[in-house]
Amino acid sequence: MAEASAKQVLFEPIFSNNPIGLQILGICSALAVTTSMSVTIVMCLSVIAVTAFSNLAVSLVRTQIPGSIRIIVQMTIIASLVIVVDQILKAYAYEISKQLSVFVGLIITNCIVMGRAEGFAMKNGPWLSFVDGIGNGLGYSVMLLFVAFFRELLGAGSLFGVTLLTPVNEGGWYITNGLLLLPPSAFFIIGLAIWGLRTWMPEQVEEPDYKMSRHTHKEAF
Amino acid sequence: MAKAKETVSRTLIVALVLSIVFSVVVSTAAVSLRPAQVKNQNLDIKSNILAAAGMLETGASADQIEERFELFDVRLVDLETGDFVEPSAVGVEDPMKYDMYKAASDPKLSTNIPSSEDQAGIKRRPNIAKVYTLSENGDLVRVVLPVHGYGLWSTLYGFVSLEGDLNTIEGLGFYAHAETPGLGGEVDNPRWKQQWVGKELYGDDPTEPQIKLVKGGVGADAKNKEHKIDALSGATLTSRGVEQLVNYWMGDRGYAPFLKKLREGEV
Repeated sequence: MAEASAKQVLFEPIFSNNPIGLQILGICSALAVTTSMSVTIVMCLSVIAVTAFSNLAVSLVRTQIPGSIRIIVQMTIIASLVIVVDQILKAYAYEISKQLSVFVGLIITNCIVMGRAEGFAMKNGPWLSFVDGIGNGLGYSVMLLFVAFFRELLGAGSLFGVTLLTPVNEGGWYITNGLLLLPPSAFFIIGLAIWGLRTWMPEQVEEPDYKMSRHTHKEAF
Repeated sequence: MAKAKETVSRTLIVALVLSIVFSVVVSTAAVSLRPAQVKNQNLDIKSNILAAAGMLETGASADQIEERFELFDVRLVDLETGDFVEPSAVGVEDPMKYDMYKAASDPKLSTNIPSSEDQAGIKRRPNIAKVYTLSENGDLVRVVLPVHGYGLWSTLYGFVSLEGDLNTIEGLGFYAHAETPGLGGEVDNPRWKQQWVGKELYGDDPTEPQIKLVKGGVGADAKNKEHKIDALSGATLTSRGVEQLVNYWMGDRGYAPFLKKLREGEV
């Protein structure tokens, strides 16, 4: 990668190089934590914090890390940061940390964090790496919030816990869409989002791996 | 430079230094945030108890919760005999410190439930339970009992609050479960929980709870309406789980011996 400006590094991952939309990373947690907006926001902030600080830490020690143990070093850094974030949530946002349960811990396995540490922070300076972490965290957040918006609104009739479409169960008129509360629905929404993104920016469309050749052989019958 | 950092000794040093630095970071965070976390957990349990008893207003502050909870007496009960026991029987000083769910996995503090009697699907039952009683001017007005049992995907943990007659339900609430959101997860729906208020646990026999969750809703002129609650739509197994766990815990193997003694003023 040629010298990139901090601004580029910060904003590129949001739409033109979205970690979920283009690189298709971090899908697991995108399915798990997007049933309500407030939970999603806390998850997004946690991921932004972890990617930013792990990038920073990896970048600071990048000249010292022996190649043979670099992955395990990155893992140690990321895992420690995730534990710290988890502890802070338990102390200051107990209700939400209960809902996020294991998924904060699972940020460790989020490919975005690891991918940025290995792909960017190992080769760039601390400041740029930190910004890159924030940028990729934001890219992840934009996609998650998009998914959570539809899942909470159509699945539960509310946004941020405030009822907008009163569900039948509570005496209103809106029949909630139960499918949207189940994880697979996030696949549909992410799929639609990627479709939209690639229609808007056609350069993101991948070249097909192979082309079917024309059917030239004439059958006997 | 590039060569020098690939040696074995260098690798070991980097690994060691890194481990030490990050173990300090992690343990500092864990230790310094511990008091705040413990406070949150206790507050959470207390607010769940108050919520089941209908004594929790939305948006109550931590101090209000503490203050309300002070009204309760926390007591330990031997489920077999139905008598109160001293906290020292389970090796704690403060009954609040006793964790009956942890005790359920300790062979010394719990009993196996034969599968034929295990309606609630919990396999082991602690010998001693923690109950919360509220008295006004010497009269018992409220008892909050912890219950748990298996639904569809998960164990549901909750509290049932009874009025002073130890038969009328005053409220019920689950504070931990992982049932399907929108279906079984509707056990948290306030409108559904409201139905439990005023229902009666027992018929003629004060050891046989009669609670039933009825599919399709309880009609206005249904027989034994005082024991019946609408089942959750689309959640047959969660509804069955709730029905069975309430009946198990209020039955002979659960709190019935204790409630009987309490009713007759023997404890």
